[in-house]
Amino acid sequence: MLLNGVRRAAIAQARPDGGCEKESAMAVSLRARMDLVSDPRNLDASVEEVFQLMIGLACRRVSEAPEREPDSVTAVVGFGGLLSGACVFSSGSAAALNIAGHMAGMKFSEIDDTVKDAVGEICNMLAGAWKGKIPELAANCGLSVPAVITGRDYRLHVQAPEFQLHHIYRCGDTAFEVTIVCDGVQ
Amino acid sequence: MSEIRALIVDDSSVMRKIVERSLRQAGLESLVVHEAGSGAEGLEVLKAKPVDLILSDINMPSMDGLEFLRQIRAQNLAPGVPVVMITTESSEEHVKQAIQAGARGYIRKPFTADQVKERVLPLVRAA
Repeated sequence: MLLNGVRRAAIAQARPDGGCEKESAMAVSLRARMDLVSDPRNLDASVEEVFQLMIGLACRRVSEAPEREPDSVTAVVGFGGLLSGACVFSSGSAAALNIAGHMAGMKFSEIDDTVKDAVGEICNMLAGAWKGKIPELAANCGLSVPAVITGRDYRLHVQAPEFQLHHIYRCGDTAFEVTIVCDGVQ
Repeated sequence: MSEIRALIVDDSSVMRKIVERSLRQAGLESLVVHEAGSGAEGLEVLKAKPVDLILSDINMPSMDGLEFLRQIRAQNLAPGVPVVMITTESSEEHVKQAIQAGARGYIRKPFTADQVKERVLPLVRAA
C-alpha cells in the first residue's frame, strides 16, 4: 500500500506538465543500461556523498546485518517514470537519533517529528544522488516526497522486484540499511 | 555586509536549518531568516515581508518550487530578488525549467557550505 502511494506520487513528479517530459521519457529506454542501473557501486558512492557532505559522517559498507533494535525508523522515497520502485532507508532508533543530531546540530533523545523529518530528507537525498548517477534517470525519473514509518517489529516486503540492491552501512557505533527496489523499467 | 533577509522554502524543517547554517558559514552572519514549508506558505511570507534572497526546494507537496517561482513572477512579488533553487533534482532539464521560471542559481543536494558561498554570495552582492 505504502509503496503504491509513493510510486504514484513519484510518477506525478516525473510528469510535471504532462506532455513533453512524458514523451521524452517514452523515447528513452533504460533496458540497455541495466548494468549501470544495478551497479552496486553507485549506491555506495551515493551514501558516501550524502553522509560526508550533509552530515560530516564517514560511513562504510559492511556485510554483517546490524543487531535489530525493537524500535526502528524507515523512510521511503518512490521512483516514477523510466524506472518505478523506491529507495528505502532503514535504521534502529540509535542511528536515526545520531543522524538527525548531526543534521540539525542538536541532540535528540526520542524519535520526534524532527528526527522523522531528518531521516526522510536523508532518504530523499540518497534517492536523488543515486538516480543522478544514471543520466537517463536523472532526467526522466521523478521522486515522491518521503514517507516515514516508525514502530516496532515490522518488515517491509516487496513482491518479485526486477532487481534490488540491499546494502548495510556502519557509521560510528550505529548501522543503517539502504535498499533500492526496482519493480519496473521502460 | 549589511543585514540580509532570506526566505528559505523547504518542506523539511531540518533542511531549512541546514540551509540557514550554510548561509551563515558562507559569511552571511547578519542574516534574518523567514521560513516556509511549501510554495504556498512562501508566497504568503513574500506578501507580508520584504526579503533580499529566496532559497527554495523544488520537490514539495501542495505547491512545488517551480510553481512557487512562477507565482512569484506572475504576482510580481519580490521583484529583482534573486531566487536560488536547492534540490535533489539535478538533470539539465530541471535546471533549464528552473532558470526559465526565473531562478538565478541552482544548488544540488547534497551540498557543501562552499557551494552555497560560491553560488549565493555573488547574487547577494549584485542585488
